[in-house]
Amino acid sequence: MSLRASLRTFLVGDAQADRVVPPSGFTAQLTLFAAAAMAFLAVFAMALSLAAGRLAERWGAELAHSSTLRISAPSEQMAEQTAAALRVLETTPGIASARALDKAEQRALLEPWFGPDLPLESLPVPQLIEIVETEEGYDASGLRLRLSAEVPGAVLDDHTRWRRPLEAAAGRLRLLGWLSIGLIAGTMGVMITLAAHAALAANAQVIAVLRLVGATDHYIARAFVRRFTLRALFGAGAGAGLGMLAMLALPEAQETGGFLTGLGFAGAGWLLPLLIPVLAAGVAYGATRIAARRRLRELA
Amino acid sequence: MIEFDNMAYSYGGGELLSEISLRLTPGSFHFLTGPSGAGKTTFLKLCYGALKPTSGQARLFGQDVREMDRDALAITRRRIGVVHQDCQFLDHLPVADNVALPLTVSGQDTLEQVANLKELMGWVGLGERAGALPPELSGGERQRAALARAVIMSPDVVLADEPTGNVDWEMSQRLLQLLVELNRMGKTIMIATHDLNLIRTAKHHVQARVLRIANRRLQLAGADL
Ligand SMILES: Nc1ncnc2c1ncn2[C@@H]1O[C@H](COP(=O)(O)OP(=O)(O)O)[C@@H](O)[C@H]1O
Ligand SMILES: [Mg+2]
Repeated sequence: MSLRASLRTFLVGDAQADRVVPPSGFTAQLTLFAAAAMAFLAVFAMALSLAAGRLAERWGAELAHSSTLRISAPSEQMAEQTAAALRVLETTPGIASARALDKAEQRALLEPWFGPDLPLESLPVPQLIEIVETEEGYDASGLRLRLSAEVPGAVLDDHTRWRRPLEAAAGRLRLLGWLSIGLIAGTMGVMITLAAHAALAANAQVIAVLRLVGATDHYIARAFVRRFTLRALFGAGAGAGLGMLAMLALPEAQETGGFLTGLGFAGAGWLLPLLIPVLAAGVAYGATRIAARRRLRELA
Repeated sequence: MIEFDNMAYSYGGGELLSEISLRLTPGSFHFLTGPSGAGKTTFLKLCYGALKPTSGQARLFGQDVREMDRDALAITRRRIGVVHQDCQFLDHLPVADNVALPLTVSGQDTLEQVANLKELMGWVGLGERAGALPPELSGGERQRAALARAVIMSPDVVLADEPTGNVDWEMSQRLLQLLVELNRMGKTIMIATHDLNLIRTAKHHVQARVLRIANRRLQLAGADL
């Protein structure tokens, strides 16, 4: 039987075969509820992961590709050191371009603090060089070493000092989100296993009768596995749906709101929570299958 | 089809059955008798592979029971119809579904088989009771439903454990009649019973051998029956 055909048999099932195990209203409802609750939580964990990921990317992208070289030198050496620094930068791998800011640009930078009439020429203002990196970036400590030898007045500010911990925090938050999803899946597996064991124990007599009339373990197991898989699928589907509605009800993501209002799904990200019911069904399938196999072996 | 070779069985204590050698030939009709607790039910379980001999050999359709796994036994069991002592139904399913259960679990519940089911329910006199749940049936109705279920797969062998245990004389005659009919269709029959009157009346209708379990051994009962 092809995978598709067996999947269809599994999902559509055989109405008669399905009835051989008596319906169990209470466990069924508990399983549905647990699956729904877990899926609801998983939606938020997923949203957290995605938002943290986006944040890490944004912080990284904004800061990663530019840095500044500051040259403080006596005014008679300034031009010479600037030229030396530019030569060094031009021959450094990983640097796309380096450009000394002209007087007007430097003045514009300082204007908010000192007003428009700043006599820049008479002040020992450091010369700024704007560096744009390539995708791969450059080796900052190597560059510092070369600069200290050739341009004594140069200070490289590559932003990494404060970029790294932010990125690391966002990355860790993302990891925590995915870990939560893993834990939720594990907890669901445990609950389904317990429920399946309860159902198998409650139906020991039914299993005995099925064996007497020639049912194989595979057949008996499938009757239980199918039930729990479908319950997990529908329960998690409902839970994930509610979770997504709750996410929709959150305020729009805004630039100024930063992290909290950015806690949502964006674009194709809305498709990701649809994986949760599938994951839940997979977990239920595996857990019930193992439980049924073990239990049927014990009942032999 | 069912063969025992110097077989013994014990539930863990002393041996309940010893030195059993028997070969059921196709189309034969056997009674199995002996006092309550002698091991009749145990012997039938050995006949359909629910128990495996503790020593000696049991072969079902040529296969050594001890070399068969659960799935192989399940499939072999479809060739052996069993009327269990306590019937063993699924109480949440209507009688007709219970009777069809062997078809269901073997994936043979086709339309054609469903037509056969109707006929079979009529044959055991349960045509009107098809929709009832097992707990709603009388003792005789349960036994007839169990017989219908035992034969729905057209098995080669039918084993019946005290089929007349809970029914009145008239009903036991009717059940016996059904089993005799099955034997005339070529089925191999074994009936475990402690009801000697049943055996005596059966002898008017069918050529039956009577086996008796006594002192853990299987003996051929004499003309005193
Ligand atoms: N599962 C079991 N475990 C232990 N002893 C059993 C079991 N089943 C039956 N027995 C014992 O085996 C003996 C024979 O039982 P059984 O085969 O049911 O006899 P019968 O059908 O002839 O009345 C009885 O003493 C009974 O208590
Ligand atoms: Mg008995």
